This record gives sequence, structure tokens and C-alpha cells, in this order.
Amino acid sequence: MSTLSMRQHGVLRSFSNLLYRRSNLYLLLLLVPPLLWFGVVYLGSLFALLGQSFYTFDDFTMSVLPEFTLANYKNLFEIANADIVLRTFFMAVAVTIASIFLAFPMAYYMARYASGVEKGFFYVAVMLPMWASYIVKAYGWTVILAKGGIVYWVIDRLGLTQGLEAFLALPYVGGNTLSTSHIGRFMVFTYIWLPFMILPIQAALERVPPSLLQASADLGARPAQTFRNVLLPLAIPGVIAGSIFTFSLTLGDYIIPQLIGPSGLFIGTMVYTMQGSIGNIPMAAAFTVVPIVLIGIYLNLAKRLGAFDAL
Amino acid sequence: MTFAVEFTQVSRIFGQTRAVDNVSVQVREGEFFSMLGPSGSGKTTSLRLIAGFEQPSTGSIRIFGQEAAGVPPYERDVNTVFQDYALFPHMNIRDNVAYGLMVKGIGKTERERKAEEALEMVALPGYGDRKPGQLSGGQRQRVALARALVNQPRVLLLDEPLGALDLKLREQMQVELKTLHRKLGITFIYVTHDQGEALSMSDRVAVFNNGRIEQVDAPKLLYTRPKTTFVADFVGTANVITGALAERITGQTQPFSIRPEHISFATTGELPADRLGVAGEVADVQYHGATSRVEVQVEQKLFAVMVANQDADDHALPVIGSQVQLSWPVSAMVMLQAG
Repeated sequence: MSTLSMRQHGVLRSFSNLLYRRSNLYLLLLLVPPLLWFGVVYLGSLFALLGQSFYTFDDFTMSVLPEFTLANYKNLFEIANADIVLRTFFMAVAVTIASIFLAFPMAYYMARYASGVEKGFFYVAVMLPMWASYIVKAYGWTVILAKGGIVYWVIDRLGLTQGLEAFLALPYVGGNTLSTSHIGRFMVFTYIWLPFMILPIQAALERVPPSLLQASADLGARPAQTFRNVLLPLAIPGVIAGSIFTFSLTLGDYIIPQLIGPSGLFIGTMVYTMQGSIGNIPMAAAFTVVPIVLIGIYLNLAKRLGAFDAL
Repeated sequence: MTFAVEFTQVSRIFGQTRAVDNVSVQVREGEFFSMLGPSGSGKTTSLRLIAGFEQPSTGSIRIFGQEAAGVPPYERDVNTVFQDYALFPHMNIRDNVAYGLMVKGIGKTERERKAEEALEMVALPGYGDRKPGQLSGGQRQRVALARALVNQPRVLLLDEPLGALDLKLREQMQVELKTLHRKLGITFIYVTHDQGEALSMSDRVAVFNNGRIEQVDAPKLLYTRPKTTFVADFVGTANVITGALAERITGQTQPFSIRPEHISFATTGELPADRLGVAGEVADVQYHGATSRVEVQVEQKLFAVMVANQDADDHALPVIGSQVQLSWPVSAMVMLQAG
């Protein structure tokens, strides 16, 4: 009896006892800080931004007026702006597709074969580039891809300079030099966002019990059939998660398009210009809505195709 | 004679571990063959060797006379029921069961009909539209069974299929598996660590220990005529007596086993010529319903004695701490090889 009452001494102790008895109170305390952050700071500012996309920007006074208008959205469909949207969109699609093909074999190996130290090595190797400053990496690539840089040197040694010149002459993929070409920009985007594709796919593959693959083989499926019917469907949620990262990060980026590749704005650079240089926040906000809508359409499509059935 | 499965001096070595160590065994066509042993004894690896998930390091495995080395699982005429069922979570039950037929290119209508038949066979008709996550453990077990059987394998491999089920369901499934085996007439190879399960279901049982097979026999022979100390100890409850104590009782050092149900208490007096015995102190008495188990300390060895409760009222059971004389018929003793 005395030990029992001794245990109940102390404010902290009676507080934890209270939390133990009232699990709702406990959950409330647990969730209030993140919900405040997420609900007010995060979503709140997002909706405030979206709300401003319906505000009016006065070109003469260069000021924002809280008057409802759809003019900003109408502007999006003007040829110059639609051009920006499409350029960014196709780059994001290309980067995402390339990332999937590069990431899948790597993630597959990490999930199914690597173990112990080797697995640790792969984790570090995948994430190490993310520890370095993103701007430094992007600048680094401008040097690597520049004329007189290492890539040009290797191509010259291989005697492929003419082939490169011919390739760079192609519309939509080429440019004056590698570092000012679409393909160069595409390579840097893919390099920067690849870890965001590898890790979700790896996590999805890791959750697939080996017995499922054995069961498939046991039931007569050749390895290609097992891949198509069992492994791939179970990895798709990871692919979708990764592609949301690569897709939306490319759609929103404003630094790589400035440093590498030909002239021509991206959504990110446009938002930056509208908001930073011109102060046209309503138009910047309208541009911000584009990636949100695109991701929404993409997720909806993925859901309809049954990508999340395994979840 | 062609055997369903024949191991000839098969070993499977992982690094320093001989998971399967020079095993030779023949499984007859149509029999219910169990591989019994503790975890790590090599029984599951042996099953995986038959399924094709593992390849033997040395030796030969023949399935219906055909060398199996190098043949991948998807080209073998055997199907497996996995311990964790391994149902595909993204497919409904019908597609799970029809999977083997689908990958073989059988048309949708026919494979769905056969899948439904297989589901009827395991008493789950009409469950085709559900997902594996919506079924109970016992139902998933049946689906796994249907998914294997729909391919009409000549050998069905079962890897501790009842391990995750509770006792009542397990007993019910044992009966159903037995019935299914009789009905289908194909070879069942059943891996289990549960000796009761192996004894009650099998035509023959192979007892594994440390990667080797200690004995292959029909359940009754395994129980009444174990060959090694390991088999005597692992199959049923036995008093395995070795070394100096064995020498004191029988006059020779060869180990022997005596089952608890063959031991009786004699208060005093000389033992008749056809009986042997030893004196000890009662350490514990446990009530088990139909029987009671009395544990008697003899030197370092704890003897288990089983007394049928209908024959004995409480007075007939010895008191803890009392001295008793144990005795048993010589004919009930089994001389063993050290193992």
C-alpha cells in the first residue's frame, strides 16, 4: 500500500497516469503541434496563395488588388505562358520516365540482394549526393557539360564529336553546347532527383515477401511472368510515390533551368520572376496551381488504373 | 520401381552449415510422407530442394525418375503450400487460384471454372471476388491449398501449413487434408515440427536431425520401435536412459527407451524376471485430465510416468517427496543407438 502511494507522488507521474487513463487527451497532445503546423502554417499558407491567384494585378500601379478575377488563369493559356507550362511538363515527364528506368534495377538489387554492409553502402551512395548543396551540384554540372569540360573530352577521345554535334542539332533535345542543351538540362534534373525515385521503389520492393515470388515460380510462372504479374504490381505504389517526387520537383524547380540548358522559362522560373522581380503574386499563384492540378490528374489516373490495389 | 521423389546422397551446404547432410530417401507414389524434425534440422530445406527453390550442393534428386538438378521451379510438376500461404495480395481469390493456369496460357473462362471447382473442393465456393486480406487464417490456408491443387500436381509439398492456425482449426484441417489426400491419390510431402501431427496423418515419417535423417518408418513403428535416442525422445514422450544409469538398470551401457505409459509403481519386493525397474523420489505430479503425469527423480534423470486417471483415484497417485519403485516389462523397452 505504501509503495503504491509512493509511486503516485510527483506531478510528472500523476500527469503520465492521467494520460494513460485518458488516451484521447494523450492523442490530442500528440497531434496538436503537427496539426497546427500542417493545418495552419502549411496548408493555410498554401490556400492563402491559391486564394491570391484570383486577385487582380494592376499593371499600371504594379499593385495587387483584392478583387476577384479569372484573368490570371486565362493568362496561363496565352501562347507564351502555355509554352512555359508545356516545356516544363514534358521535361518533368521525361525526367520521371528516365528516373523510373534507372532507379528500378538499383532499387531491386538493394531490396532483394544487398544485405548488411553492402546495403548500408547503397543507402549512403544513394543519399550522399543529397547531402551536398544542390546549387553546388548544379553548378558542377555546368562545368562538366561545358565545352572543354570532361564530357566533351571523353567524347572527343572516343572520336564521337561529330555524332554529338549532330545530336545537339536536333530540335527539342539539342542546343548550342551540352551545358546549354535540353538534353543537358534533362541529365542534370535526372541526376538530382534520382534518389527520390530509388528510395520509394526500394521500400516497396522490400515489403514484397520472397515467398510470393517463389509461389509464383512454383505455380509455373517464368521469371518474366513473375515480374509482370507479381513484382511489378506490388512495386507500382513505390513507383507512383517516386514519380510524384520527380515530377513535382521538376515542375517546381527554378534553379536548374537557369543554370543549365537553353533559354526559355520554366514554371518555377516564371513563378520566381512574377513574384520576385515583378511582384505579380496573383500570376505567380496561378502558375503554382498548374503542378497541383497536374499531380492531381496523375494520381487520379493511377488510381483508376489500379495502381493502389495492392495497398 | 520409380519413386515420386528420390534423394540419393543429397547435401545442401550454406557456407559452413550442412543444412542437408548426405540424405538418401525415397518417397513412394501416392503416399502421405512427412518430414519431421526440430527447426534447423533440414526438413524445410529438403522440401525446398524438391520444389526447386534450392539446388543440391552434391547428390541427385529425382522426381518420378527424372533428374531435377538444374530444373527451375516453374518447370517442375510439383506445387507448394507455403507456411505463410503466400497469397498474392493484389489479386482476388479467383485470380490467386487461377494463377497457375493463367501463366500456362489457359483461357479465362476455363481457368475461372477450374478455380471455382478448386474453391468448392476446399469448401470456399463463391469466395472468388474477395481479396486475401478479407479472409481468416484458416480460409487463406484453404485458398493456398486450392491454388496448388488446381494445377493437378503429381506431388503436393506442404511446408508447415497448419503452423499458424489455432488448435481446433488445426485438428479440423488435419482431417480435411487427410480426406483430400485419399480423394486425390497424389503424393503429399508434409513438413512439420509437430510429432503428433506427423504421427496422425502420415503413411510414413522421416525424422530429421542436424541435416540428417535418423529414421524413416510408419508412425506406429516410429513410436514403438525408435532406432535412435533422438527419435525416441522427439517422437512422443519417452524416458531415454543412457550411460551409467542404463548400465545400473540393464547391466550394459547401450541406451534404451521406455515410454511413460509402460511404467508402473511397485511399492516393495523383488521384481519378477520379466520386469526391470529402479527406485526414485517423486518430484512432481501433474493432472492432465484423462491421465496424470508423475515425475520421478532417479539420480540425475527425471522419469516420466503416465497414470490413467480412470484406474486410479487420488490415493493411488504417489505423494510428492515419497520414495517409489518404478518397474516396467522388459518387452516394452527399446534398445537404441546413440544419436
